[in-house]
Amino acid sequence: MEKHITLPLTEELAKTLKCGDTVYLTGTVYTSRDAGHKRMCEALARGEQIPFDPKDATIYYVGPTPAKPGQVIGSAGPTTSGRMDAYAPTMMSVGARGMIGKGARLPEVVEAMKKYSGVYFGAIGGAGALLAKCIKKAELIAYEDLGAEALRRLYVEEFPVVVIIDCEGNNLYENGRAEYLASKRK
Amino acid sequence: MREIQAGQITDVVERLCIEANQHLPKDVQEAIRTCRACEDWETAQGVLDKIIDNFEIADKEQVPICQDTGMACVFLEVGQDVHIAGGDLREAVDEGVRRGYEKGYLRKSVVKDPVRRGNTGDNTPAMLYTEIVPGEQIKITVGPKGFGSENMSAIRMFKPSAGLQGIKDFILETVETAGPNPCPPMVVGVGIGGTFDKAALLAKKALMRPIDEPNPDPYYADLEKEMLEKVNQLGVGPQGFGGRTTAIGLNIETMPTHIAGMPCAINISCHVTRHKTEVI
Repeated sequence: MEKHITLPLTEELAKTLKCGDTVYLTGTVYTSRDAGHKRMCEALARGEQIPFDPKDATIYYVGPTPAKPGQVIGSAGPTTSGRMDAYAPTMMSVGARGMIGKGARLPEVVEAMKKYSGVYFGAIGGAGALLAKCIKKAELIAYEDLGAEALRRLYVEEFPVVVIIDCEGNNLYENGRAEYLASKRK
Repeated sequence: MREIQAGQITDVVERLCIEANQHLPKDVQEAIRTCRACEDWETAQGVLDKIIDNFEIADKEQVPICQDTGMACVFLEVGQDVHIAGGDLREAVDEGVRRGYEKGYLRKSVVKDPVRRGNTGDNTPAMLYTEIVPGEQIKITVGPKGFGSENMSAIRMFKPSAGLQGIKDFILETVETAGPNPCPPMVVGVGIGGTFDKAALLAKKALMRPIDEPNPDPYYADLEKEMLEKVNQLGVGPQGFGGRTTAIGLNIETMPTHIAGMPCAINISCHVTRHKTEVI
C-alpha cells in the first residue's frame, strides 16, 4: 500500500505501517552512522542525554557527501544498517522508533522492534542523488569532528521508503523473495 | 625514454576521481536498462526505475551518484620507457585523490588506522596498484569502491578436487549471503588462481572490466554467462525486495596457480560500479 505520513513516528502511527508498504515521509529525521551511534550509546550508559530528543524519532543511517554551493545537502542515500545493530535496541529503549537504512538486521533488533513498536524503513541504496532532492533542510547538531558521520537534523518532504520490517516483525527481505520465487514455480 | 611529470599524473587522477563518481559508465547504464526491460516483478521494476532516475540526475547535475564515494582504487600501468620526473609517484597519486575529493564535493571515507580509526580528512591514501608494462605511456584507471558491497566479498582457498562445481557453489553462496546488503543489483567480480593475494586482486580487476566485454577465453566467457543466469534465479532482486535482477554483470579473471591449490576470491560491487580510465 502507498502511504504518506508526517513524522514524528508515534506508536499509533507505527502500528498502521505494514511490511511492504511504500511510505512517503515528511518531517524531521536525524542522521547517524556507526561512530555517532557509539557516542550516543556511551552517553546514555553514563546517564547523560543525547543531542536530540529521541521520543518517537526517526534515525536515518546516512553519511552524506558535502553540499555543493547552493545545495541543501550532498548525495544522501542509506548506508548498511547492520552496522548499527549493536546500538539500535538501546536507541529504541529511550524512545527512538523509526530507522531508515538498507540491508539485513539481526534478530535482537527485530525483537526490540516488536517490544518498542519500532519500524525499519528501507531507502534505495545507491540512489543518493535522487534521495537528496527530498531533503529540504539540513542542520548540523553535534559531533562535528566526525565529518560525514556528524549528527544532523534533516527536514524531509515526501521522502520515499519501503517498510522492510514492521513492528510485528514481518520482513520484506524474506517475504518479497519468497513471493517472487513462488510466482516462478507456478 | 619519455618523461612524464608527476604533476600530470596528479591532474588526471583528480579529474578521474570526480568524473567516475558523477557519471556511471555506459556499460553499467546499459546493463541496468536492459535488466529493467526484462524484469517482470512489479516491485523490482519500480526500484530499477528509481535507480535509472538517480544516475541520470547525477550525470546531468554533476553530483555524486552515491554518497559512498568510496576508497579510491587506482591502477597504474606504467610503460617501462617512461621516466616520472618532478615528484614522488605515490604522493602524486594521493595529491590527485586529495584534490579530486575536495573539489568534487566527494565524501572523505578513509580512516587512518583500521582498529583505532580516525578519518584522514582527505580520502587518502589511494589503494594504489602499479604494473610495469612495455611502452612509453601511463594508463590510469580510477575505480572508487564503496564498502557496503566490499564488506560482502569473500575469499576461499579451495582444494583442486573441489573443481568447477566448488567455484560455482561459492559464487552463489556469496551472492545469497550478501542478499540486500550490497545494494543489489550487484556486479560480481570473480578472481580464480594465483596466490591468496593475487586472487583478491584479480577479483577487483574483474570489476574494472566493462560488463559488456566477456572474458576472451570462451570457456570463462560461457561460465560468466551461466553464472550470471544462475545468480539471477536466486530471487534476491533489486535492493533485496525480490525479483529477477539480482546482478547486472559477472566478470571472471584467472591466472595460473599452484598444483596444490585453487584460490577463489569474489569481490562484490553494487549497481554504482564506477571506473574511469585515461592514458597519458
